[in-house]
Amino acid sequence: MTGAIALPLHMQRDRYDPPSRMAELRERPGLEPVTTPLGLRAWLATRYEDVREILGDAQRFSSAGLPGLPGADPDERAGNLLALDPPDHTRLRRLLTGEFTVRRIRRLQPRIEQIVTEHLDAMEQAGPPADLVERFALPIPSLVICELLGVPYADRGDFHRRAAIQLDLTRPLSERGAVAAESRAYMGTLVDRATADPGDDMLGMLVREHGADLGRAELIGVASLLLIAGHETTANMLALGTLALLENPGQAAAVREDPAVTAPAVEELMRFLSVVHSGMPRQVTRDTEVAGTTLRAGEFVVVSLPAADRDRALVEDPDRLDVGRAASPHVAFGHGVHHCLGAPLARMEMAIAFPALLRRFPALAVAGEPEFRSAAVVYGLRHLPVSW
Amino acid sequence: MRIRADRDVCIGAGNCVLAAENVFDQDDDAIVVVLQETPDGADAEAARNAVGSCPSGALSIEET
Repeated sequence: MTGAIALPLHMQRDRYDPPSRMAELRERPGLEPVTTPLGLRAWLATRYEDVREILGDAQRFSSAGLPGLPGADPDERAGNLLALDPPDHTRLRRLLTGEFTVRRIRRLQPRIEQIVTEHLDAMEQAGPPADLVERFALPIPSLVICELLGVPYADRGDFHRRAAIQLDLTRPLSERGAVAAESRAYMGTLVDRATADPGDDMLGMLVREHGADLGRAELIGVASLLLIAGHETTANMLALGTLALLENPGQAAAVREDPAVTAPAVEELMRFLSVVHSGMPRQVTRDTEVAGTTLRAGEFVVVSLPAADRDRALVEDPDRLDVGRAASPHVAFGHGVHHCLGAPLARMEMAIAFPALLRRFPALAVAGEPEFRSAAVVYGLRHLPVSW
Repeated sequence: MRIRADRDVCIGAGNCVLAAENVFDQDDDAIVVVLQETPDGADAEAARNAVGSCPSGALSIEET
């Protein structure tokens, strides 16, 4: 690790939990002034209601206001849905939503089950101990998004490494920027290949059906986002979720034994863990007020998704993991127009992977110190040693 | 109750289909389609959860 930084409040965790200070802030009126990792002064929202209000209003709270990195390629943001507002965001997102309908994702179920089975077989054959991140949590969503998008899985070593660096807040900005440029160059070669010979995957579809509207830079941006968002998020949910279940054996037993628990358990793990700390900082477009705090045009707001998802206004006893509770309308996938595009895919992957893992290895246990990934855009685990 | 869906506001997240499959569907572009405008019983309960979990604000309930 180089260039250690003071981790801002909204990115701090104590294992599964947001820092205790978050609970204090939720009880206090108004929003709290904080400083983001890039040194940006911002207001922090911690209550469920306030977070939904901010994320739900793209007119008052813009996602496009974050200053670019010094010296960055002007194409750097092309196609990055996270940094666009309506109507540009709407236009681009609608080209993709058809690929992520609940019905389309259900068609992938047999293939995802097969991928999960193959990884469990490989783990079983190799025998304990194993790093669950390396053998299960990371490769499964990675292979799924590769097949969906049309990225060669053989390239995973490189893009896993680049994704981890891009999201690592302890790395110098210059290094993260250089690696982001490397990622774009790599995706550029795939986009060019798809343009010459479009396949049946999502890259091929985008080129074939929208090649006339989308520029090369936009295609690269969209595909890069889908690749990174498609594996980093689910991988960390699978790893951290497994650890949370193993440390709560009653909860693990429920997921292992009762198929009816699976769907609400996935939602509860999402709520309880909320691995994405905050998403894009939002810029206030006109003077306004949230929770009694006056916000001036041009100021920034960050939301804490884990704090909002631990709000008693959302569920009773929010700091307890309870896979048996009814699915809650949590904000772990975000809220508003930027709500996770791949949510149906992520839910399907988790709904298959958690019970399959626990059924294959009923004696699965943590076999060493899990390594938490504290200073990253997506929270989770770097390593999870397990045995069975 | 009567379900209202604004297809121009919908972002195609699919939360409503997962919460209330008998009441909501998505078209090929993922935009919401209401299957039952006036659900009752368990479907009405599921529809309320669906409206509560809609990220875009496209869904609303009109009490009749």
